[in-house]
Amino acid sequence: MSGELVGLVVVSHSGRLADGVAEVAAQMAPDVTVTPAGGLPDGGVGTDFEAVLAAVTEAATGAGAVVLYDLGSAQMTAEMAVESLPEPDAAVIVDAPLVEGAIAAAVSAQGGGDRSAVADAARAAAGRPEVADTADAAGSGAAASSGAAADSGAAAASDGAAGARAEITLANEVGLHARPAALLARSIADLDADVRVSLGATDADAKSVFSLMSLTARKGDTVVVTATGAQAEDAVARVTALAERNFDE
Amino acid sequence: MGCNAERVAEVLRAGGATVAEHKAELIDLDRAIGDADHGENLDRGFAAVLAALDGGLPETPGAVLKVAATTLISKVGGAAGPLYGTAFLRAATTLGDASELDAAAVATGLRAALDGVVARGKAEVGDATMVDALAPAVEAAERAQADGGDPAAVLAAAAGAAKEGADSTVPLTARKGRASYLGERSVGHADPGATSTALVLGAFAEAAR
Repeated sequence: MSGELVGLVVVSHSGRLADGVAEVAAQMAPDVTVTPAGGLPDGGVGTDFEAVLAAVTEAATGAGAVVLYDLGSAQMTAEMAVESLPEPDAAVIVDAPLVEGAIAAAVSAQGGGDRSAVADAARAAAGRPEVADTADAAGSGAAASSGAAADSGAAAASDGAAGARAEITLANEVGLHARPAALLARSIADLDADVRVSLGATDADAKSVFSLMSLTARKGDTVVVTATGAQAEDAVARVTALAERNFDE
Repeated sequence: MGCNAERVAEVLRAGGATVAEHKAELIDLDRAIGDADHGENLDRGFAAVLAALDGGLPETPGAVLKVAATTLISKVGGAAGPLYGTAFLRAATTLGDASELDAAAVATGLRAALDGVVARGKAEVGDATMVDALAPAVEAAERAQADGGDPAAVLAAAAGAAKEGADSTVPLTARKGRASYLGERSVGHADPGATSTALVLGAFAEAAR
């Protein structure tokens, strides 16, 4: 059951849009309840206060809910619904891109994030990957970059702090596309480690599905996984194992 | 003379009748810059309000407005539901349990309605929204009340200013709601929300005379 996990509500002007976003988000986060609330009772385009209120009320039990919306009046309807809850603080409305935000939020909720972490994940979904340095990062995989040598294998890295590093050549068909990226992010979500995945000069937060996806790492690309923190070794080991299983494809 | 619950219900019925009468006009305005549903939605909402009042008249003006608010929120899709609903709900809350409304109460209720709409929609005067009709209406209402006007005079002043305010949206670029996606192409059209606000206030004023 999802009592421990934050629930999501997708408020849209269209029932089909809400259903579709919920479907895609739920695929990334099997244990998270994603409740669509779209369209008018007669199937028309619009937002229905009663339906939104019912969805938010249902989702805002347990760990609470994060609410995403498509257009302005859906936001207003969502606000009214949340204000109508016995505990308005149980739900957070986020201004985020609907599809990307819902997926990022779902993955964060699946990893046990609380309402504010899930909301932050949704908001951050609009962001692009951080570029490691000012060098031209445009040619993603092509310029195979510096250390294209070693295949894989963890090695203690730099500094005094606990760190780990591995190079992984992606052998699965779709590379770090949505589902593998979600698996990767989920596999390390509970670890006390800052984990980065980089491809060429582009660097991604391995706990963020979108950050990973925006690397556009494909089959055959070699990515570098680095981790710092108390569980850095575990993190790199898990990512390596996942890649060796071809992301369970 | 004061306005009791029955008078407030009459005024709302007049508002509903006016929305029904101007439904096609509102749809056309909204078709030009939005999604063509404002007239339909608002008419459906007011029809539901009138039906709810037919089912039993609440005892106080505030309670009547609260029925209107909750019905509009439920029945009007789009932005108009939350905005009109919030306007009536804030007015209802401000009026409390008063059994009759004097001129000051009418002005206070209008001010609360405007504050609610601004808080909900985050629009300002000049964004080409219903705020462009409601904000000058509230100022005119407060002036009329300060000048010693009765509730009818306060509403008449509000209605006049709202009409001017709605007309003022024609040359404006919409900055909120669906029309904002049109950018400068929204210039040359009266905002449907401002127009309906002016129509409803006009009907209220007429019925309160």
